[in-house]
Amino acid sequence: MNIALGSEQLDKIGKILQTDLMELGVHCIVLLDLAGNIIADLDNGKTKFDVYSLAALAAGNFGAVSTMAQIIGEEEILLLFHKGKKENIYFSKVLEDFLLITIFGHDLSLGFIRLKVAEAIEKIAKVLAA
Amino acid sequence: MAFINFKKREVQIKIVYYGPGRGGKTSNLEYIFNKSKEHILTELVTIKTQGDRTLFFDFLPFDMGRIEGYEVKVQLYTVPGQTMYNSTRQLVLKGVDGIVFVADSLEAMRKKNFESLKNLQDNLKLQKKSIFKIPLVLQYNKRDLAEQGIPLLPVELLEKDLNSQLKVPAFEASALEGTNVLATLKKIIILTIATIQDQLE
Repeated sequence: MNIALGSEQLDKIGKILQTDLMELGVHCIVLLDLAGNIIADLDNGKTKFDVYSLAALAAGNFGAVSTMAQIIGEEEILLLFHKGKKENIYFSKVLEDFLLITIFGHDLSLGFIRLKVAEAIEKIAKVLAA
Repeated sequence: MAFINFKKREVQIKIVYYGPGRGGKTSNLEYIFNKSKEHILTELVTIKTQGDRTLFFDFLPFDMGRIEGYEVKVQLYTVPGQTMYNSTRQLVLKGVDGIVFVADSLEAMRKKNFESLKNLQDNLKLQKKSIFKIPLVLQYNKRDLAEQGIPLLPVELLEKDLNSQLKVPAFEASALEGTNVLATLKKIIILTIATIQDQLE
């Protein structure tokens, strides 16, 4: 099964990511499928990350953590977050097949990001499920 | 699971290099990376153990140019070949669109090749995919070693062992010298694109 998204769906997703997350001061967002394909990516114009490698590694990382969860008897790991000196990465699952990675600095708190990402995901899920 | 972006007119496909450990999967990607830098979007990403063996995967995004008006981005992955890393192989196979099976031509590797191909079949089944239906190319690697007098499995035997039922395209290759590495890649891309062509507008 392949995933095909039209212009209208992608525009809606881009708009949600822009207004709900980028405008908070997030540095970069990548929406991908669990195979590592990029659905949408946005940045603040200052950070130029290699999003293709980032997506491949994020999908692998998420998959590895999910498998670890099963091994220890958990259905899934509820929080997947990497903290760096300057940048932080927060992973969130969207529906069954997609993953949103949010990269942000220390000017934003994880709690705030989690709240805002959860709101954005709800909207994105509706677009993807449509 | 290819991703088709109708807005950007872009297609992303995932090709996985599979096969027994030390068979030359990473060497394939290294050769492609070194020979085709103008098409490569980034550096070759590798996750290796201390002993320089692939731990999780290697990753190389490759820009194919336009096909049917769509920009085709090919994501090349390798899996760790060693038997104990089966769970990571299953992860890397997730959403795979096309597979290159890199068989090791060394005489001593006959059983390992067979086991790895069977393992591929089993892991595809977990994704409800059939080895007989997914785009697949076989590569008989290390053919250059014959010149050094190292005993190799005859190609006819490799064909009989691995390809008698599959009947897929197969290449004699040397990933280190580059013989048929790009031909293998070209073939798997053509086969994979063919499976999604009807979805492209």
